[in-house]
Amino acid sequence: MHLYLHIPFCKQACHYCDFHFSTNLSQKRPLVEAMVREIEQRHAYLPTNKLQTIYFGGGTPSLLTEAELDLLVNSIHQHFTLVDGFNGQPPEITLEANPDDLADPVRLAMLRRYANRLSIGIQTFDESTLRWMNRAHNANEAKLAVYRAREAGFDNLSIDLIYGVSDSIWSRDLEQALTLNVPHISAYNLTIEPDTAFGRWLAKGKLTAVDESLSARQFTQLSSTLVDAGYVHYEISNFAKPDQYAQHNSAYWQRRPYLGIGPSAHSYDGVSRQHNVANNSLYSKGINTGTTIAEREILTAADQVNEYLLTGLRTIWGCRLSELDAMLGESFLSKQAPTISKLQQTGWLICAENDLKLTESGKLFADRVASELFVE
Amino acid sequence: MKHIRNFCIIAHIDHGKSTLADRLLEFTQTVGARDMQAQLLDDMDLERERGITIKSHAIQMDYFHKGEKYTLNLIDTPGHVDFSYEVSRSIAACEGALLLVDASQGTEAQTISNLYLALNNDLVIIPVLNKIDLPGAMPEEIKDEMVDLLGCDRDDIIPASGKEGIGVPEILAAIVERIPPPTGDPNAPLQALIFDSHFNSYRGIEVIFRIKNGSIRKGEKVKFMNTGKEYNADEIGILGLEQEPRDRMECGDVGYLISGIKVAKEVKVGDTITSFDNPAAAAIQGFADVKPMVFAGIYPVETSEFEDLREAMEKLQLNDAALVWEPETSAALGFGFRCGFLGMLHMEIVQERLEREFDMTVITTVPSVRFEVMTTKGELRQVSAPADMPEPNLIDYIEEPFIRAQIITKADYVGGIMGLCMDKRSILKNQVYLTADRVELQFEMPLAEVVFDFFDKLKTISRGYASLDYEFMDNRESDMVKLDVMLNGDKVDALSAIVHRSKSYEWGKKLCEKLRELIPRQQFEIAIQAAIGQKIIARETLSALRKDVLAKCYGGDISRKRKLLEKQKKGKKRMRQVGNVEIPQEAFMAVLKIN
Repeated sequence: MHLYLHIPFCKQACHYCDFHFSTNLSQKRPLVEAMVREIEQRHAYLPTNKLQTIYFGGGTPSLLTEAELDLLVNSIHQHFTLVDGFNGQPPEITLEANPDDLADPVRLAMLRRYANRLSIGIQTFDESTLRWMNRAHNANEAKLAVYRAREAGFDNLSIDLIYGVSDSIWSRDLEQALTLNVPHISAYNLTIEPDTAFGRWLAKGKLTAVDESLSARQFTQLSSTLVDAGYVHYEISNFAKPDQYAQHNSAYWQRRPYLGIGPSAHSYDGVSRQHNVANNSLYSKGINTGTTIAEREILTAADQVNEYLLTGLRTIWGCRLSELDAMLGESFLSKQAPTISKLQQTGWLICAENDLKLTESGKLFADRVASELFVE
Repeated sequence: MKHIRNFCIIAHIDHGKSTLADRLLEFTQTVGARDMQAQLLDDMDLERERGITIKSHAIQMDYFHKGEKYTLNLIDTPGHVDFSYEVSRSIAACEGALLLVDASQGTEAQTISNLYLALNNDLVIIPVLNKIDLPGAMPEEIKDEMVDLLGCDRDDIIPASGKEGIGVPEILAAIVERIPPPTGDPNAPLQALIFDSHFNSYRGIEVIFRIKNGSIRKGEKVKFMNTGKEYNADEIGILGLEQEPRDRMECGDVGYLISGIKVAKEVKVGDTITSFDNPAAAAIQGFADVKPMVFAGIYPVETSEFEDLREAMEKLQLNDAALVWEPETSAALGFGFRCGFLGMLHMEIVQERLEREFDMTVITTVPSVRFEVMTTKGELRQVSAPADMPEPNLIDYIEEPFIRAQIITKADYVGGIMGLCMDKRSILKNQVYLTADRVELQFEMPLAEVVFDFFDKLKTISRGYASLDYEFMDNRESDMVKLDVMLNGDKVDALSAIVHRSKSYEWGKKLCEKLRELIPRQQFEIAIQAAIGQKIIARETLSALRKDVLAKCYGGDISRKRKLLEKQKKGKKRMRQVGNVEIPQEAFMAVLKIN
C-alpha cells in the first residue's frame, strides 16, 4: 500500500504551478497537526496497514521542521508497518525538496533521517528562466543541490525538469542533468494552467502559448538523449536508470490503492477515488470537527477501463489486455477492434502479445490514443 | 349578421398588438383577469418570447354597445414577412382592421404592406396610435405620418396604450360603429374561407374559417374546393377562450371545423369550404398554393438520431403546412432532410422548434433559393441545392429569383442601407420621404442575397430602426457559380454554395479562413481550398499537430484527466469525417455567418 502526504506550503508561488498551496507559513504547524489527526481517522482506508512507499509531496515538504516531520512520521509508524516494495526493494520514502532548502548540510542530514529518496525541483539550470518562473532558488543552488544531497547520504535521487521554453536552454539543461548522473529524472512540458500567473498573462496577451512543435521536438530530444545515456523511458514524463523507477508513482499508474493525507490529497481504494478539499482552513476545520472534507466517486467498470488506458498507455508496461477484459467483462480487443487497427495503422499503437503499448511517435499523442480507446 | 364584426390588427412587431388584444379580451370579459397570461394569443413559447405571432389565431368576444350585444371576432395575423400569404387570407376574412402604430416608432415597412393588403380587400381602417404613455412618444408627428398614409381625419386616430388600458373602450366602440357588418347571402350555397389551421394532438387538424355565404351544419358533408377533398363536419363551433361547439353556423361567423384531418398539409390556407350536397359555383378568389422560397439541409448532430429527426419533422409538419422536406444524403453529414421554407424566419422557427419541442440539435446547411437552370441540352432544371447544380460546362444560363424589397428607416441610416443593398446586388427603384425623418426605399434585389445575414446587417446598420418587407417579382438571368470546398482534395458537399461570380472569390477566401480557425489541427497538414469547377480560387493551410500530451499524470490528476478526455471524446464524436479530415459541427454552421 502507498501513502501520500500533501504539504500545502511554499515560500513563494511559482508562475506555472496550479497545485494547491499557501504561502502563509504560520499555519504550517497547526495544519501538520490536522494531518496527524487525519492519519488517525483514516488509517483503515487501505485494505492493509502495510506500506511500501510514502511520499511527501506539495507544496514544498522540504519546508517542514524536524518537529513537524516527527509528528507525521510517528503517527505513520503508529498506524502502519513499512514493508519492502514489490521488487524486493526497501520501502521508498520520498520527499519533494526545493534546491534552496538543501543548501544547509545539517538540514539535509535531518531530512535524511525521515526519507531515503529526494525529488528535487530543479526545473531548469538557467538563471533567467528560474526568475521568469518565480522559482525560489538560483542556478547555482540548482547545481549544488544534487551534490549536497549525495553528501548527506541520499543516493536515490530524482530531479524535476521543465521543457518548452527554448531549444538552447533545453539542450544545456539536458547536458547539465546528465553530468549529475542522478538515477531518476522527471521532465515535464511547460503547461500553462488557467489559474496561475502564466495563465493570467496568457489571457491578457502578455505571454504567448507554448509552441507545440517546439515541445514535440524537445520531447523527442529528451527521450533520445536520456535513453542514449542509459535511462529507461518508463513513463511519458519519467526516466530512470534500470531498477530505479519511482515506486510510489508507479503505484498510481498500476492502480494500486493509495491513501492521500492533507488538503487536496487524492485517495484510491481500488473501486473509488476521493479527494480532500483544496483549502487549508476548510480542511483543518473539517478534520478537527470530524465533518466530511472529501468528495468520493465510485468508479464504474468503464471508468476503470478508461483510467487504466489513460495511465497504463503512458508507461513502459502498457495495458494488459487480460486486465482490460476482466474490468470490462468482455473482450476489449474485439470491442475496440476498428479503433485499435486504425491506431496501429497511424503508427501510434502496437498490440504486442498480451499488451497494448504506445510507439515512440504514439507517445506524443498519448491522450488522444487513450481517449480514442475509451469505452462508454 | 348585423351584430357581427370581423376585424384584424395590423401592426409591426413590438408595436403592441398582442398586448392590446389582451386588453380587448379583458374589457369584454372574454377572459377573467385571473386567467390572464401576458399575450394570450401567442400560444407557443417561442411566440411569447420573441414577441411575434407565428401562427395566426382568432377569438370571439361579446360586447355590449348602446344596449345591444355584438359578436366581435378578432382575427390575429402572423407578424412577419415570411407569412404574407397567410396575412392576406386573414385580412380577407375581415371587414375592418385596426392599424396599430407605435407612437414612438412610427409606421414600418410591414405595417404599410399589410395596410395595402387590407385596403385592397376594402377593409375599413381604424387608426390607433399605441404606446402614447411612453416617454419617447411623439404623438403629433406620428399622427401626421398616419394622416399622410391613410388620408384619414386626424380625429379618427384613437390614442391608446395597450399596457395602461388607455383607449380600449373607444377602440371597441369604433369597431362597432365604423366597421360594417359582414355582407353575404345566408341562403346561398356555403362558401367559407379557410384562413388558418391548428394541430391538436388528440383531435387532429382544426380548420379555422369564416363563412362568406350560406351556413354550415354539424355533421354535414363538406368539400374543400381547391384540394377537392371531402369531409364530414364532425364538429363545428366558435372560438371563445375555449372552443364552443355549435350545431349550426351562419353567414359572417368565424369558427372552427374538426373532421378527422390528421396532417396540416391537407388543409390549404385560402381554400373554400362548401357543402357537398349544395356546392357553391366557385371558390372564393385569392387562393394560392404557397411555395417555399428558401431551401436548406437539416441534419442531426448525432448521425444516429436520423430517425428521431424524421419523427420530429413529421410532427412539425402536422401543424406547419408551409414546411416541406424530403430525405437527402450528404457525404459529410450523413442522412438528413432537404427542407423548403417560406423564408429565413420560417427556417429559424423550424430550427428552434426542433430544439425546443423535440430536443433535437441540428446542423443546417447553407440556405439556397431556387434557381432555374437552362442546360446546354435545352432542359430547364430547378435547382435548390448546390449538389443538384449541373457542371459548369453543361449550363447555358441560370436565372435567380428577384424580390421587390421595401425598407423603411430613419433618414440617418439611408446611406448605410444603400451601401448594404448595393453590396447585395440590388437596384434602387424609389426613395420616398414619409416624413422629414423617415424614408421608404424600394429595391429590386436577388433573394439569394437576402438569405445570407441580410436582416442582421440591416438591423446593425440601422441600429434596429429599419423594417423590411418583400415580395417575389420574377426570375432573372445571373452569373451564378457553384463554389465547392475541399479538404485535402476531398469535396465537402455540405459546405458548397451557389453564389454570384462577382462574390465568389471573397466568399471562398473568407470561408477558407473561417474553416482554418474552426477545424482542429490533426497529425497531418490540411489543405483547405475553395474551387469553382476545377479551378482553385482560395487556399489556406492548417499545419500538422505535433503532439497532444506530455503533461504529468499522478495520483491527483487521474480523475480530472479522465473526465476531460471523455468530454473531448464526446465532442469528437459529433465531428464529421470527410476523407481523413475531421470537421466539427461549428464549421458547418460557420458558413451561415461568413460575412
